[in-house]
Amino acid sequence: MKDFSNRYIMVFSVVMIVSVAILLSLTALLLQPRQEKNVEVEKKMNILSSINVASTKADAVELYDRYIRESYVINTEGEHLEGVDAFTVGLRAEQKKPLPEQYLPVFIAVDDRGDTLHILPLEGKGLWGPIWGYVALKEDLSTIDGVTFDHKGETPGLGAEINTTAFESQFLNKSLFRDGSFFGIKVVKGGADPQSSFEVDAISGGTITSKGLEAMVYDGLIKYEKYLSKNRK
Amino acid sequence: MENVEKEPLFSAKYRKLLTNPLGQDNPITVQVLGICSALAVTVKMNPAIVMAISVMVVLAVSNVAIAALRTMIPGRIRIIVQLVVIATMVIIVDQFLKAFAFDISKQLSVFVGLIITNCIIMGRLEAFAMANKPWPAFLDGLGNAWGYGAILIIVSFFREFLGSGSIMGFPVMEKIGVYNWGYEDNGMMILPPMALITVGLIIWVQRSRNKTLIEENK
Repeated sequence: MKDFSNRYIMVFSVVMIVSVAILLSLTALLLQPRQEKNVEVEKKMNILSSINVASTKADAVELYDRYIRESYVINTEGEHLEGVDAFTVGLRAEQKKPLPEQYLPVFIAVDDRGDTLHILPLEGKGLWGPIWGYVALKEDLSTIDGVTFDHKGETPGLGAEINTTAFESQFLNKSLFRDGSFFGIKVVKGGADPQSSFEVDAISGGTITSKGLEAMVYDGLIKYEKYLSKNRK
Repeated sequence: MENVEKEPLFSAKYRKLLTNPLGQDNPITVQVLGICSALAVTVKMNPAIVMAISVMVVLAVSNVAIAALRTMIPGRIRIIVQLVVIATMVIIVDQFLKAFAFDISKQLSVFVGLIITNCIIMGRLEAFAMANKPWPAFLDGLGNAWGYGAILIIVSFFREFLGSGSIMGFPVMEKIGVYNWGYEDNGMMILPPMALITVGLIIWVQRSRNKTLIEENK
């Protein structure tokens, strides 16, 4: 191999780095609108699935506009905050802020029966990475009308089962409030009491994911406690 | 390589560059490279196929780029140059997947980024592209990527078929109706250890058919 001077090596490196930088910025810039659109559509599909509206990539935006009537941001005191778009609030970033400063998004949907539903987003930790979801509450702001969960990389066949209908449908008609105070939903190992309004079955082999999900539901929703209590009928 | 100029584009020697990695030079089963991604992305066939195509694009383009620049690349920083080329290609592929195959890019998650560390690619750049012209380097890249991809697709076929009862997302087992006879999917197939065992079985079959691959015991 030829021996190159230090000067050549420096020039070679600089030219290489600059051309690579230009190439990468161009690609990122050109593809960014499409990527952002993908993320937005996915979020809308998730929100819709919590109120049991099945959507595809093609009709998600249209269905979202039809079902979601309003969205706003509140704080832990249950007060409305102006000037923040609920859709763009990132929960993971919010959770790092002190509690009173956190933005809590609320999405209001009206379903085909004409019922008004409150959709609240959740974000938590599973075994391998983040898990997240949306909970839709009926007009009493306690009874669950629908949930949707998803995860980044839980174990297939075990923790990853949290995004299946079999698991999610257990949450239907469960209550968040017990005797007037916030209770949350317990994810029970070894079989939930079918009569209970506060328990669902955990996933066999997915204990840590199940526990993480229980904590996510509790920690996520207790921040809304004041808002929910204030507006409960 | 003196008479390279006179060689036709698909001479016997060049064809070998394409076909050898499928069999006796297979990067996974013979050289045992790229195992980690082969275990991780073979639960279902669709991500495995996308991974195979991504590796093919990265390897073919990087091989050509390095082969074209090979006389200009200073030997002292050649590994860095190779890494920069690979990393650039991987980021571009990742960006394209995020824009045009969002669902699959989520399933592949970090493994697209980890193509950078796939030993097959560094290995081909250092061993082949640095010493050959762009055209043979292109064929070598395609051949090795195809050898890698073929194993990925075979492994993912068995893992998806036996573990989830489907082929490319199509629920074959359900359509045949075997669940009514008491058949159940084997959950083990979904977990990484079974990928390693499947790769092991492929290596066993290959070596029992091709005795030249078996090392002598000394």
